Amino acid sequence: MARTRKGEAPAGKADATGVNTFVGKDELLKFYQNMLLIRRFEERAGQLYGMGLIGGFCHLYIGQEAIAVGMQSIKVKGDQIITGYRDHGHMLAAGMDPKEVMAELTGRAGGSSRGKGGSMHMFDIETGFYGGHGIVGAQVSLGTGLALNNHYRGNGNVAFAYFGDGAANQGQVYESFNMAQLWKLPVVYVIENNQYAMGTSVERSASETAFHKRGTSFRIPGEEVDGMDVTAVAEAGARAAEHARSGQGPFILEMKTYRYRGHSMSDPAKYRTKDEVDNVKQTRDPIDHLKERLAKVGVTEDDLKVVDAEVKRIVAEAAEFARTSPEPDPSELYTDVYLEAAQ
Amino acid sequence: MSVDILMPALSPTMEEGTLAKWLVKVGDTVKAGDVIAEIETDKATMEVEAVDEGVIEALLIDAGSENVKVNTPIAKLSGEDSGSTPASASAPAAAAEPVAAAPAPVAAAPATISAASTFADPEIPAGTPMKKITVRDALRDAMAEEMRRDPNVFLMGEEVAQYQGAYKVSRDLLQEFGDKRVIDTPITEHGFAGLGVGAAMAGLKPIVEFMTWNFAMQAIDQIINSAAKTLYMSGGQIKSSIVFRGPNGAASRVGAQHSQDYAAWYGNVPGLKVIAPYDAADAKGLLKAAIRDPNPIVFLEHEMMYGHEFDIPDVEDWVVPIGKAKVRRFVAEGHTGPSVTIATYSRMVGFALQAAEELAKEGIEAEVVDLRTIRPMDHATILESVKRTNRLVTVEEGWGPMGVGAEIVARITEFGFDYLDAPPLRVHQEDVPLPYAANLEALSLPSVPKIVKAAKAVCYR
Repeated sequence: MARTRKGEAPAGKADATGVNTFVGKDELLKFYQNMLLIRRFEERAGQLYGMGLIGGFCHLYIGQEAIAVGMQSIKVKGDQIITGYRDHGHMLAAGMDPKEVMAELTGRAGGSSRGKGGSMHMFDIETGFYGGHGIVGAQVSLGTGLALNNHYRGNGNVAFAYFGDGAANQGQVYESFNMAQLWKLPVVYVIENNQYAMGTSVERSASETAFHKRGTSFRIPGEEVDGMDVTAVAEAGARAAEHARSGQGPFILEMKTYRYRGHSMSDPAKYRTKDEVDNVKQTRDPIDHLKERLAKVGVTEDDLKVVDAEVKRIVAEAAEFARTSPEPDPSELYTDVYLEAAQ
Repeated sequence: MSVDILMPALSPTMEEGTLAKWLVKVGDTVKAGDVIAEIETDKATMEVEAVDEGVIEALLIDAGSENVKVNTPIAKLSGEDSGSTPASASAPAAAAEPVAAAPAPVAAAPATISAASTFADPEIPAGTPMKKITVRDALRDAMAEEMRRDPNVFLMGEEVAQYQGAYKVSRDLLQEFGDKRVIDTPITEHGFAGLGVGAAMAGLKPIVEFMTWNFAMQAIDQIINSAAKTLYMSGGQIKSSIVFRGPNGAASRVGAQHSQDYAAWYGNVPGLKVIAPYDAADAKGLLKAAIRDPNPIVFLEHEMMYGHEFDIPDVEDWVVPIGKAKVRRFVAEGHTGPSVTIATYSRMVGFALQAAEELAKEGIEAEVVDLRTIRPMDHATILESVKRTNRLVTVEEGWGPMGVGAEIVARITEFGFDYLDAPPLRVHQEDVPLPYAANLEALSLPSVPKIVKAAKAVCYR
């Protein structure tokens, strides 16, 4: 079991030339396990939603796994992550306990917010995960504020602010871009361009669809990345993080990706054809893509079966925990509204 | 024939200013548009231009003179054509404010409020040394003291640093603390409010200044959805120790979009604490408490109060607890006639104290309860007062429906129904956007006569 433990600096850093070096078998296998964990976890979440155990909104990350996993691999201790409501994959990649994440989805006391946050609102300071935000685009300003904290303290850390192609059209994103570059804040903006802002395609909503260019008028450099290729993500992430960490200010990564499921569980996704979705699944699937690479470095089907079994066990355990963890005690209703002033 | 050059009003709320420097001397010939003097208003240093041609005959006010009232003659100009009306100096075109509009604040505020400071403060022990200070400087001092105390406290906002604050509340902070801790932002309320909350989530203690709370509507999502709710949503993991502050309520003649009281808006939101001080002592003591508080705070100041001087305890560390109302006027001992509780906050406290004086002349005694904190609301102190008076009037600058007064009345009705001898009444802004015209503006806002009328009504007088 090779999941990154909480708070531990992940292996695999860019070398001095900025070229990522973790293309070794062990690293690739770890990527595989983490990506598969996200996929199986999300599939199970979809099932639990169908069974009525998960309520409200539930946005699945299936199809986009390479981004969270690849970016996580280049994060160092103290770096922060913040994202929108499609957050389960990021939390798992960050090393949060799948049991706590799943139990939050079911609104139970064992959840990471003790059942008071739900799918869109989970946090874990220990792993540097600052949520989990339900308002489209809000996390971009907040993430820039995390970077302001790093800059203020001079702690050498970078904030990674994730958002989608839809959020990229929000005004506060550009307000944040401006301040981030003006003050040279250590932030990497990761745009997960999955082609659809809910039901509206990028072509129908964006006058400039090349999102990595969205920082041009603020002099923020950007790069387009194949978000379905985990090593390409990690390599680009390492370059961007180095740029930010070295005091050169923000960097924009546009991850070209695709979500397989609807925007949320209640979205039938009629705005795109089944052929379009099938085509991506067959030709660009990030896990299949990684499997091919694993085969080339000598990983056998049997090796993968061991990983598959382990992932299955973790997800089953998480689901069981999420089903059996009690609902929060009614006394929790009025906790965590205010902190006591310590005067 | 000579004409007087008058002290100009260079901002909507300016009532007096400092004549900082003369740029002409007696005998100089000036023409329209020449800069003749520099004037410091409550907000900034402005150049004054001549509007007429002529020779400077006399400078009536010395350079460096403070507290020169608007419309005071400051110089004499010998006009070549004999103008019969006094010529006021003009503000630069950019200021775009008609000079002749100077008396506006009086129209909006029929009563002066300086009398309020004469009331003894029951909270401050007798013998405590006092000093006079404006609300503006009290707020400034609070920030400076807390920034000295805690290196994680910093100030960000529009014009807070190099400009020294749009209302000069952050005067000299840049000089003392540097640009790392006093940060000029672009005009970007939504964005910098979000940056502030993000920095707070990571453990810093930002003070985010909004040039006025009207502009904070651009940022209200970050205040409510991010700052107020995240502690709860994270099961107690993520705190936002942050102060959002700036002037709130109606200034003078600035129209509907710049004149609004947000106390009820933010008072509606669990997770926020909402403070609206009246005088300098509370402004300083509550702002210091707000900065130390681990929760997100909405701190509502009042532009019309910035320039007002009050006594403030001259002690090392003046902190006023959040969430405690203050009775600023008690029913006179031995009074046997009708009495009434007036519950209010911010600038309206001064109006209520004035109304109490008027009422006393007619045999009605009023207790004035200054809420100071809107949320959490200290209704217990209001209730104790109502137990003494059996009547209640609320006063707020905001609109009535779903307002602060509505909340007070609901609570007092719930917890003190048996003590009420009359249905409570609410005084508030009329239910319209605030009009620009001086007469309509005055009609729309609460006033001393309106408070007196309501107080008499609940006494059936």
